[in-house]
Amino acid sequence: MRRVEVAIIGSGPAGLAAAKPLLDAGAKVLMIDRSDMLGGQLTKQTHMFFGSEKQHASKRGIDILKLMVDEIQYHENLTVLTETTVVGLYQDRVISCVKHDEYFKIQADYILVASGASEKSLPFENNDLPGVYAAGAVQTLMNVYGVKPGERVLMIGSGNIGLIVSYQLMQAGVEVPMLLEAADTIGGYLVHASKIRRLGVDIRTNMSVKRAIGKASVEAAEIWRLDKHWQGIPGTEEIVPCDTICLSVGLAPLTELLQQAGADIKYVRELGGNVPIINKKYQTSLENVYTCGDVAGIEEASSAMISGEIAGLEIARSAGYKIDNIDQHISRLHDDLTNLRNGPHGEKIRIGLEKVGVK
Amino acid sequence: MIEKTGVPSLEQVKQEFPDKVVLKKPKAIIECYKEIPCNPCHTSCPFDAIFIPEDINVRPKIDFDKCTGCGICVYNCPGLAIMVTQIKEGKILMKIPYEFTPLPKVDQTVNVVNRAGEKISEGIVRKVQLSEKQNKTALIHIELDEKYAYEAITIEVLHGS
Amino acid sequence: MRINKHPILDFPERKKVSFTFNGKKLFGYEGDTIASALHAQGIKHLSDSIHKKRPRGFYCAIGNCASCNMIVDGVPNVRTCITPLKEGVDVRKQDGKGRF
Repeated sequence: MRRVEVAIIGSGPAGLAAAKPLLDAGAKVLMIDRSDMLGGQLTKQTHMFFGSEKQHASKRGIDILKLMVDEIQYHENLTVLTETTVVGLYQDRVISCVKHDEYFKIQADYILVASGASEKSLPFENNDLPGVYAAGAVQTLMNVYGVKPGERVLMIGSGNIGLIVSYQLMQAGVEVPMLLEAADTIGGYLVHASKIRRLGVDIRTNMSVKRAIGKASVEAAEIWRLDKHWQGIPGTEEIVPCDTICLSVGLAPLTELLQQAGADIKYVRELGGNVPIINKKYQTSLENVYTCGDVAGIEEASSAMISGEIAGLEIARSAGYKIDNIDQHISRLHDDLTNLRNGPHGEKIRIGLEKVGVK
Repeated sequence: MIEKTGVPSLEQVKQEFPDKVVLKKPKAIIECYKEIPCNPCHTSCPFDAIFIPEDINVRPKIDFDKCTGCGICVYNCPGLAIMVTQIKEGKILMKIPYEFTPLPKVDQTVNVVNRAGEKISEGIVRKVQLSEKQNKTALIHIELDEKYAYEAITIEVLHGS
Repeated sequence: MRINKHPILDFPERKKVSFTFNGKKLFGYEGDTIASALHAQGIKHLSDSIHKKRPRGFYCAIGNCASCNMIVDGVPNVRTCITPLKEGVDVRKQDGKGRF
C-alpha cells in the first residue's frame, strides 16, 4: 500500500489553500480530486469575489484559482491525482480510491477532508425531468464547457448562487425571465439582486415551482404563490414557458467519508446539514484527520480558503514543522474569518458554529 | 421594497446622491444598501474618497469632495453597485459597468433602463472604456436627459452583432 | 447550444472529437465531458429511471448525484458529467440499473 505524509481530498478553494502552507513548511502532499482539473467549483466562478484584498476580493474566481494553482503546481513535494474518486475513509487513515477502472488504497499520516458540498434538490411534480438542473450544474456547463443549458431559464432560489448564476446565464446569452424565492425576502446579497433586476429578471418572493411540464424534457413550469407556511395557494398558479428550471436551493456538506470513518457528526441546519464536530484547529474527532471548507459548514469560497489555510498550518505544526510566527499568522486568519462573518449575512454561520461548539 | 424585489426606493436612491450642484463634476454613486463583507471600493480608490473601516461589513461612505469620478471603483466593485454621474447643460453623463458582449459603439443609441429594468429613455454612448486593468468589466459612458438623473441605472443588454 | 462569444471567458477553437450515442455518430470538442458534448447537441435525456422508466438527465454536473449515469463502452453507471470525452467512445442511454 502506498504511504503519504498528507493526503488532501478535494482540490477546491479549501484544499488548494491548505496545500500551500504545508508545501511551504516542507511536507509532502498528495492532492486527490475526482475531476480532471484542479479547482473544484472555482473553475466556474466568473464573477468578482467579495471580501477584502487578503481574500483576493475584486478578482474573478477563475483568476484566483489560477493564482492558487500557480503557487503550488510545480512544487516538488506535491503529487496530484485527478479523475480519482475517494470512495472510502477508514479510522487508520487508509483511503480507498477509484481511478478509471483501477481500485487502490493509500495510507496517510494526516488526512484533510476538503470534499465540499452537493447541491440540494426540491420536491415538486416532475422534478426529475431532464432540464431541471442544479444552479451549479448550469454554471459548470456554461462556464467550464461553454455549453448553454437552454434558451430560457426559470431560476428557483435567491441565495447568492441563484442570483449570480442568473447573471451568468444572461452573460452567456440565455434569457432569465423570472427568479422565484419561497421566503419573504431575497436571501443573497442585495447588490446581486439589484444587478439582475435592472436587467429585467422579475424577482418574486413567496413563490415557488409547483410542477415541471414536459414529456422528455422541460417545456414549461407551473408556479404558484406560497402562504406563510410555505404551502402553495391553489388558484394562484401561472405557467412560465421555459426549457430549463434551475434549482438554487442550498448546499449540503459532503460528509460521507468522515461519517464512514466514524467521525463525530452533528446535524446543524444553519451549516447545511450533517457536519463534522471540529475544534478551532479544524481537527475532527478522528486522530490526525482534519477538515475545512464547505464540508465543515456551508459558507462562501473566501471563508473556505481561510479555513483551508488554517487547517494546512495546523497540520504542518502538528507534524512538527517549524513555521515562523505561526501563532500570529493563525490568529490573524481567525480574525479575518470573524470579520467575514460579522455582518447580517454571517448570522446563520455564527449560530451554526455555536451549535458545533467552535469558539 | 428592495428586500423583496431588488429595486431600491427613490428615497433610498436619493440618499446616495450628493446635491445636484456637486454633480457639475462627475461623482461616484454607491448603491450598497445592506452590509456585506466587502471593501474593494475602499481599497481601489486612489483618492481615499471611499471609506470602509476595519470591519468590512460596514457600508461604504463616500467623500464627494475627494471623489474625482474617475470610475476605478466602478469596475472594482464585485456587486457592480457603483456608477459615476455628472450633470451638465441639461444632460447627465453616466459611467456604468457593463459585462456583456457585444459592447456598444460610440455614438450608438441605446435603451436606458431604471432599477426595475424598465426602459425609460434612449441614451447616446459617448465612450467605451475597456483596458487590461479593468479585467473584462467595461465602462460605458452614456448621455441622456437630466430629468432621468435618479432613475437611469444601466442599458438594455445588446444582442447579436 | 454552444456559447460562441462571452464577455469574460474565451472559448477558443478546439479539436473535434467524434463519438457515438446509441449508435449514431456525433461529435464534441476536446475538453468536453460526455454529458457536456451530448447537451451541446441538444441531448438531455441520458437514462431511464429504475422502476418507472422516467427520462433522466444530469442534475449536479460535478459527479455527486449519479443522475447522469450512462453506458460507456459497454460499462454501465459511468458518471458522464465528469468523464472526459474520448475519440471513438460508444455512449448509450442506460435503462435502469444497467448490467455488468
